[in-house]
This record gives sequence, structure tokens and C-alpha cells, in this order.
Amino acid sequence: MTQSINLLIGTRKGAFILKSNEDRRIWEMSGPHCETWPTNHVVGDPKTGTIYAAGGNEWFGPAVWKSTDGGKSWTHSSKGLAYAEGQDPVKAVWSLCVAPDAIYAGVEPAGLFKSTDGGESWVHLDGLRNHRSREHWMPGGAGLILHSLLVDPDDPQSIHVGISSAGVFHSADGGQTWEPRNKGTRADYMPEDQRYPEVGQCVHNLVRAAGGNGRLYQQNHCGMYRSDDAGKTWQSIEDGLPSSFGFPAAAHPRDPDTVFMVPLNGDTKGRYMPDAKAAVWRTRDGGKTWADLRDGLPQQDVYFNVLRQALSTDSLSPAGVYFGAASGAIYGSANEGDGWTLIAQNLPPVVSVETMVA
Amino acid sequence: MDASAARPVVTVKIAAVLADLFPGAPREFIVQAQCVGEMIDALDQQFPGMGDRIRDSRPAIRKHMNVFVDGERATLDTPLSHHDEVFVITAISGG
Repeated sequence: MTQSINLLIGTRKGAFILKSNEDRRIWEMSGPHCETWPTNHVVGDPKTGTIYAAGGNEWFGPAVWKSTDGGKSWTHSSKGLAYAEGQDPVKAVWSLCVAPDAIYAGVEPAGLFKSTDGGESWVHLDGLRNHRSREHWMPGGAGLILHSLLVDPDDPQSIHVGISSAGVFHSADGGQTWEPRNKGTRADYMPEDQRYPEVGQCVHNLVRAAGGNGRLYQQNHCGMYRSDDAGKTWQSIEDGLPSSFGFPAAAHPRDPDTVFMVPLNGDTKGRYMPDAKAAVWRTRDGGKTWADLRDGLPQQDVYFNVLRQALSTDSLSPAGVYFGAASGAIYGSANEGDGWTLIAQNLPPVVSVETMVA
Repeated sequence: MDASAARPVVTVKIAAVLADLFPGAPREFIVQAQCVGEMIDALDQQFPGMGDRIRDSRPAIRKHMNVFVDGERATLDTPLSHHDEVFVITAISGG
């Protein structure tokens, strides 16, 4: 059966969809969707083909958009997507996760909402809001955002989130209570004797490896890490990479040892491609060794960055890998990163890239 | 006596960019409301979700939205009188 692949792209000015077939050679673009609202994350439910887009508009506040016809028409809702009266209002939605039992939304200021009616209405899961460490959470450069949201497909009660810059948290009870999962990750911006705190790490992106064995990877403001115990402990895997700084990570759809990252030149050096040459880096042994993947990527004067949620893989074989740059370019590889092509350019700054094979 | 009968009848004109978010929504409404907050409730009843676009959960009129009643910038508590003209418009924002 022929499958279609959708790249779901969030940008500063609306959502875009790029569609292709299994060859992944010719892409057809639609957009901007969602009335050009700043769109932080776009995800699809491969079972139904429904597309959800999350964002927030300076005028109109936060909303989750929904399309059941491949992006031709959209509705939006923020019913229930609000904190209690008197608290700082929800500014924007930053992450979505389609889980077996519900759709989850992570927001700024950091918090988690759940919808059991397909995004028509939302309920606040207030465990993060009431966490004992909450008063110590400091906003990162983009605000106090919940940008990484992983609901275990085999156990929807098990949820991991990444919050800038509070760190990684895990809930075993569907979001009611949370425990920090930051052991072994650094906070280089703290005084020397406080660089491994319980919370306060600036996680940039958190992804789950295939296989369901508790393996996670994270790109942090301060290093790249792997966990083999669902985040209870983390090991640095930054040796062999050109810097310890970057934003996104993407796991291989089937091989738990393969993950992709996009190191930038450094926290304080401009945050663009190292040596102004574009590369995605891949490990096939869980982070012991890394290879730089450059074939087809620009190798001169490249000053773009790739943000937290803007690197993704698809579920085809060989796996496709895609990233979107703040310059508005989308690059894709149909062979696990060995060769790349430019598949769109001149979009608004890209915030996120996800895939849906349906 | 019907309680709504005592409420002032006002004309509400909304920004095109707001109306566009709700397929079928007009740019102009006639509603009965005693204050701006009630007026927003009335719009929300006709087009569910429109209230959230104008008012946040503090609750207050959103930071980058403006509601003017007969030429004066209003808050949720601003009272309305018969035949008032209310404008719901977007403030300067963005890049």
C-alpha cells in the first residue's frame, strides 16, 4: 500500500504542511495555516489523520488548532486551557502529544493540560503547577516553557516532560504527581559547587528511544545525554561532538542506539552551525561515537540555528530525517541522514518539525 | 419582568482579524449587556470561544486587545448604556 508522508511544520507565522510519498523526492506544500498565528508545535494522529497545531497569539492568547481534512480547514479551541483566576494566564501552547487515551498539551508558563474529546476542551493537570520546587524554576530564553512532552504509548500514566529551565520531570500517575529526573545533567551557569542540582537544568529537548526499554536521550543547554533507566540517571554522550550546545534531538523509529542531534557552535558564540557549515550528527551506538552528516547540506556561510522541536524522523524504512532552520529552510534525508536535499525555503522562522505517515 | 429587558442594548464592532477566527461571524453585533464583561459573555454565547480571544483568565481584557466604549478605553467592569458603540480591536503587536 502506498503511504503518504506529511511534514508538519510550526513557524513564527503559521503552520505549514509538506506532503510526499514513500520516495520522499517531490514535496507539495500547503500553508500558512492557523491564520498565521505563531505555531510552536504541529502533530498528527496517524490512526485518524487528524492534525493538531499548538500556539499562541499576542492578541488572542493560546489555542490548539485542529484539522480533520489534511489542513484544508481548521477549528481552534482554548476551552479550559487556562490557569485559575489571579494567576499569570497561559500565554501559548508549546507542545502536543497524541497518546492512546488523550491529547496532552504543554504550555507557557509551564504546565500540562489534557483533552479527552479530541482537543475540543482541556483540563489542567495541576501537579506541575503545585510542585514543591516550582518557586525555584527560572524561565529560559523563550520563557518558562514546557516544550518536551512524552507520554508512554504502552502506559499512558507514565509521562516525561522537559521544561526550560526547570529540567526533566516524570509522572507515574498520569500527571498528578511528579519527580525530578535530572541526576547527572549539568547546569554550567550555576556556581561551581551547585552544578548538579535536583532541578533547574536547562533541558532543550527530550526524546524517547525505540524499544520501550526506558532509554531516553536529551539535548541540554549544557551537554548531550543518554538515560537507560527512564531518566533516573543520565550519562554524558557529548564526547566526539563539536560542542556541548544545541537544541533538538530525534530518535530513530526502530533502533534505540541511533539518535540524531544538531550541535551549534556554542552557547556564547552566536549559536549557529559550527564553522558556519551545516551538519546533523548521528550516533549508531548510543552516543559512544558520532558521525557528521553533511552530504547535500550547505558548507559555507551557514549562520542559521535549529530550534528545540525542529528535528524529526519518520517511521519509514530507511528512516527519513528532517530539520527546519530559523532561516526558513527545511532539509530532508530519505536515507537516515546519509544524503540531504533542500525541500523548502523562505518559510518564516521554523520552530518545529514533526512527521505523520498515514 | 425579563431581566434582560433592563440591560442596555449596545452595538459591538469587532476587528476583522477576530471575526475571521470564527467562520460565519459578522463584524457587527447587537447585544444586551450591563458592562463590557457581560458583553464579552454575549459574544461568546453566539460564537463559543470568542470570549477567550478577548479576555484572559486573570480575568482582564487581553494585554494586546483594546475595547473602546464611545471612544474611551474600557475594562471588564466598564458599564454600558443604551445605544453605546463598542469597538473590539487589536493593539499594535508582533513583528
